[in-house]
Amino acid sequence: MWINMGPQHPMTHGLWNLKVRVDGETVVEARPEIGYLHRGVEKIAEVREFHKVVILTDRLCYVSSVTWSHAYCLAVEELMGISDRIPARGRYLRVISNELQRVASHLMWLAAYAPDLGLLTGLLWSLRERELFLDLLQALTGQRMNQNYPRVGGVRNDMPATFARDCEKVIRHFHKKLEEYEDLFERNKTFRMRTEGVGVLSKADGLAWGVTGPNLRASGVDYDLRKLDPYDAYADLKFEPAVEPGGDNLARYLIRIEEMRTSCDLILQAVKRIPEGPYRIKAPRRAEGTAFRRTEDSRGEALFYVAGDGGDRPYRVKIRSPIFCTMSAVPTIMRGEKIADVIGIMGSLDVCVGEMDK
Amino acid sequence: MGVEEEVKRDLESRFAGQLKASQVLRPRVLQVRIDRKDLLPVAKRLKESGFEHLSCISAVDWLTRYESVCHITSWSRNCLVEVIAEIPHDDPKLDSLFGVWPGADYHEREAWDLMGITYTGHPNLERILLPADFKYHPLRKDFPQEVDRQYVSRRKLGGG
Amino acid sequence: MSGHIVDLFGYSHALMGWLMARAHDAISGIGSGLAGPAPPVADGLSNMGAVLVAPWFITLQTWLIAVTAVIMWCTAVNLLLMMWMERKFYSRLHDRVGIKIGLTSMGFLANIPILGRLFTNFVKRPSHLGTGFLQNVADGVKLVQKENITPAKADRFTFHVAPVLIAVSTLLIFAGIPFSEGFALMKEPNADGLPSNPLGILFILAAFGLAPIGILIGGWSSNNKYTLLGGMRSAAMLLSYEIPLILSIVAVVVLTGSLDPFEIVRQQTQGLGEAMPPLSFLPGSGAAPLYIPNWFFLVQFPAFLVFFIAALAEQERIPFDLPEAEAELVEGWLTEYSGMRFGLVFGFKWLRGLAGSALLVILFLGGWTGPALATPWSIPTDTGTVPILLPPQELWFMLKVYGVFFLWVWISWTFPRVRIDQILNIGWKKLIPLALLAIFLSIALRLFGVYR
Repeated sequence: MWINMGPQHPMTHGLWNLKVRVDGETVVEARPEIGYLHRGVEKIAEVREFHKVVILTDRLCYVSSVTWSHAYCLAVEELMGISDRIPARGRYLRVISNELQRVASHLMWLAAYAPDLGLLTGLLWSLRERELFLDLLQALTGQRMNQNYPRVGGVRNDMPATFARDCEKVIRHFHKKLEEYEDLFERNKTFRMRTEGVGVLSKADGLAWGVTGPNLRASGVDYDLRKLDPYDAYADLKFEPAVEPGGDNLARYLIRIEEMRTSCDLILQAVKRIPEGPYRIKAPRRAEGTAFRRTEDSRGEALFYVAGDGGDRPYRVKIRSPIFCTMSAVPTIMRGEKIADVIGIMGSLDVCVGEMDK
Repeated sequence: MGVEEEVKRDLESRFAGQLKASQVLRPRVLQVRIDRKDLLPVAKRLKESGFEHLSCISAVDWLTRYESVCHITSWSRNCLVEVIAEIPHDDPKLDSLFGVWPGADYHEREAWDLMGITYTGHPNLERILLPADFKYHPLRKDFPQEVDRQYVSRRKLGGG
Repeated sequence: MSGHIVDLFGYSHALMGWLMARAHDAISGIGSGLAGPAPPVADGLSNMGAVLVAPWFITLQTWLIAVTAVIMWCTAVNLLLMMWMERKFYSRLHDRVGIKIGLTSMGFLANIPILGRLFTNFVKRPSHLGTGFLQNVADGVKLVQKENITPAKADRFTFHVAPVLIAVSTLLIFAGIPFSEGFALMKEPNADGLPSNPLGILFILAAFGLAPIGILIGGWSSNNKYTLLGGMRSAAMLLSYEIPLILSIVAVVVLTGSLDPFEIVRQQTQGLGEAMPPLSFLPGSGAAPLYIPNWFFLVQFPAFLVFFIAALAEQERIPFDLPEAEAELVEGWLTEYSGMRFGLVFGFKWLRGLAGSALLVILFLGGWTGPALATPWSIPTDTGTVPILLPPQELWFMLKVYGVFFLWVWISWTFPRVRIDQILNIGWKKLIPLALLAIFLSIALRLFGVYR
């Protein structure tokens, strides 16, 4: 008996369908069906100028928009050959906005994951903290979502004068709240019962199926592109990527909480070390050749492959979405799990349909 | 000598005549251009030498040829190889990399769906993003583009 | 210890007696007026008048009023209060600013001489007006005016009968639960003239156990894979938690030796030192307010724990919410119900909570007993006057019930959902041994004379 979980389902976050075949309570086979949110971003990008594609890439994953536009801008700068001329202040501002967006994205994940398990209090607490980070992003970029902030050549505007102080205040408050979260989640016996040992993704499976990001780091693989292939100002900042050996839902939860702490640390470092100077250079209009760039998005490895033919519009923009690849690992994870855990596992993988379906 | 140089030398020594071009793009990134029949041997060689992660397979339509660009990463050696397989335009077929890296599954399905490149040996080559009964391959250059639509005023529509 | 102010049957009887007497007078008046001109009419009217004051008729009316009063008390007053309080409380847990304000949003309260200072802030910047109590009434009205959709392929009869069954079985529980010594439907004087209900607990448990039937047939009759799954899971969970529930009650029953809720509460009025001789160093019931009463949650803590958790599962509250989990099954077995049918079923979940709380309070927390102060007033009843003590028994009972209810709400909104196999695991492998332990404890206490 094939059961459809979705596409209209209160708890699959986003529009996609998961067909499962069950034997009693155990899942025997799972088949994801995606493409409900396919908007043809790659095709539209071919008619917009290079600089105007940023608004499209913002809306790829609307929960984590700055990171996607950032990745695109890096790829295009690589194509145009200006990637070593980007001013330092611009690089640091990109790092700051990236990390702020990462924290906001992870909080949104937590706000969506907690009700999956039945813990509705987690929804409201996470959204309350997310408001603070969205306020910071609004102070920096002018918008809470779909910020349109990175530009080919730098960023759009400079940070306000009181930004460093505001960041410190918010992060100090946030660290206190993270301890409350520990009480509500980690030390919660029922939460542990629901997440420990559930949805295990082994290291070999993760590497074979192309899973990246927090999902892979939760399986024990130390794969963080900010360390392996540093871009922007990450080479100058000191941090340790979080790695957990478990591979189950609990490990994925712990990784993301740890990542939020790391991101806060990075923000504080960047805000202290940011140099003075220009934050943007004027990039050329036309480009030719091919280039690619990969970055560590909130959900994994985002790779942009851009090709230009000498005109002012991209010839081809290929978007590699981490969740697209994680979705191919879903049948492996789901086999043998109980049907009551399916939603919990999907929640812990942090599915964002916008980037999956492009 | 960096990792990318090692890999470059290794590939050049094994597939001497078959590499059309190989260059180092930036530290730790190598680009290799081959013909489509050599894709599977090169891929297997890369897998053996520690490239365990297939990042991305992109399909590009250069009007005289197709290209399938595979980005393959090694986590243990911290290196990335961009393998560009050239495909003639009138015969868009290529070997599937599913047997080497299972992660190629969805990427190849997307390339088939949007660009129309058939991957022989793929277990389940179906449309993934578009509806199953969609007839065209939209990312091809001959699929019409919605060109810049600008707001057309009523007066202009009426002929004024 | 404390006196009750609501004597259900006394008041109903008095009310109906007075009403029927007035009606009888009125009809007799008309009858005597018509005695001359229309004798048959006068005869008919006087017969009718005689019926109105006949004892059987007044008893019938008394019962109707009493039953209606209990139902109204449970649904119109308590249900709304419970839903309102739960929403305010968990919104405070969620740190939601707007909704957690209740009484303090009423601006006129700022006019109270000294306490009014607490409220002035809200007068200046009110976030909303009023307490939000009528929200639930509005929800009810909204549900009433919605269309009752029946799925085309659903089994009509069982689809319509299921919510009725659930509602009826829930209300039936309240027939057996006494809210104080006077506010009880099933009550008769025992040999000592005290109120008693010899098989009360048995009746309550039987009514409690009817709910799974309604849920199962409701889930099955909707013609929907998901609701069927939900209904089966729900039935499995409820049935498997009935057993520890009943076993923990058996522990208390063995301890007290009676199935009578009144007797159980009476036994809890003595001091702990009096009931258990080894603990007689504790101050007795004369040395108020320092004495520790013989509440069974102290004597029988394992049974209390088992009942607490099993009742939480019986109510399908969030740790044991899987049958209605939104996560996979939308609303579970009641997905296909709309309109007031849904309202009935949804609202009566809270009533089952009230029933569970009430049972817990009667069995373990001393029912309606509590310290009280005498007031100079008293109520006349058929058998003399009853002095009014403050706080009265009803108030103590409701305070305790709501206290337990708050604990349940707190637990509900702090823990995630437990998976069905884990739920059954807890029920069968952890609660039943604990309940059996409680029974053995009871037997041991009685056997070795530790408990009198």
